[in-house]
Amino acid sequence: MSHPDQAPPVIGPDAESRAWIRGLRAEGVRGEDARRRLHDLLLRAARFEINRRRGSLPHLRGGDFDDLAHQAADDALLAILGKLDGYRGESRFTTWAYKFALLEAAVRLRRRAWQSREVPLEPEHWSVLPGPDASPATSAEGREVLGSLAEAIETELSRHQREVLVAIALNGVPIDVLADRLNTTRGALYKTVHDARRKLRTHLADAGLRFAAEPEEASR
Amino acid sequence: MSERRTPDDLELLRNLLGPEGPELSCEQCFAELDRYVELELSEADPDLAVPGMRAHLEGCGACAEDHRSLRALVEAETAPE
Ligand SMILES: [Zn+2]
Repeated sequence: MSHPDQAPPVIGPDAESRAWIRGLRAEGVRGEDARRRLHDLLLRAARFEINRRRGSLPHLRGGDFDDLAHQAADDALLAILGKLDGYRGESRFTTWAYKFALLEAAVRLRRRAWQSREVPLEPEHWSVLPGPDASPATSAEGREVLGSLAEAIETELSRHQREVLVAIALNGVPIDVLADRLNTTRGALYKTVHDARRKLRTHLADAGLRFAAEPEEASR
Repeated sequence: MSERRTPDDLELLRNLLGPEGPELSCEQCFAELDRYVELELSEADPDLAVPGMRAHLEGCGACAEDHRSLRALVEAETAPE
């Protein structure tokens, strides 16, 4: 039994992780060898990601996936070599490195999946919120909350917030894909989503409405 | 108390309203992802060590996918042969 008051142990890089860092920083053959081994590892991670998702891309062929894996591994290697100082040893080096390859592969796969699709940014695309003629499956209370949210989306959000929230939260556009189209970053778009959500929550609270999916509080 | 909502409504509301409480940004999430996954796969409490991560993963579909992938890969790598 571990003691609940014990602070978590401070973890530094383990021996294997330190060896990776030393190898990657080395000059000559040793450095080259370490970078080649890391590239192999990243390629394996990229393929792992592709195998998880290839079902969502039925029109791509084996060769396309292999190109994509190599591009992801190449870019991940560059990113990692540029950020070696950022590795703080809080996880194994390989775990830290994998996330770069997975990210590169996932972003590419999402882009591919949306390559020929229109990214809906038009205001009329959020009519999924029920109006007075809502489907009978929606409860009266649900209709009230959704109706209030529809109003808030119109009146409380800026045009940019509306476009981004509707595209991501309602129309399921992947955030990286939207970031490409709008020439911005995932982080910047998520900030917009976050701010828009805060406004909607405030609007609901002001209207005395509650999002009942959350733990029940004593409501009076 | 007896009102019911359909699963679609709940999903819609979750997507529109996002998680409650403070959450990390996408950049902070990526920075902590490897540590968080290793803590999850160990005995430690990852949410105590990285507050705001769980909420971000609930609110951000892309980071949630990245998290699932890294966790699955590390699990596969450390599984006994
Ligand atoms: Zn995120």
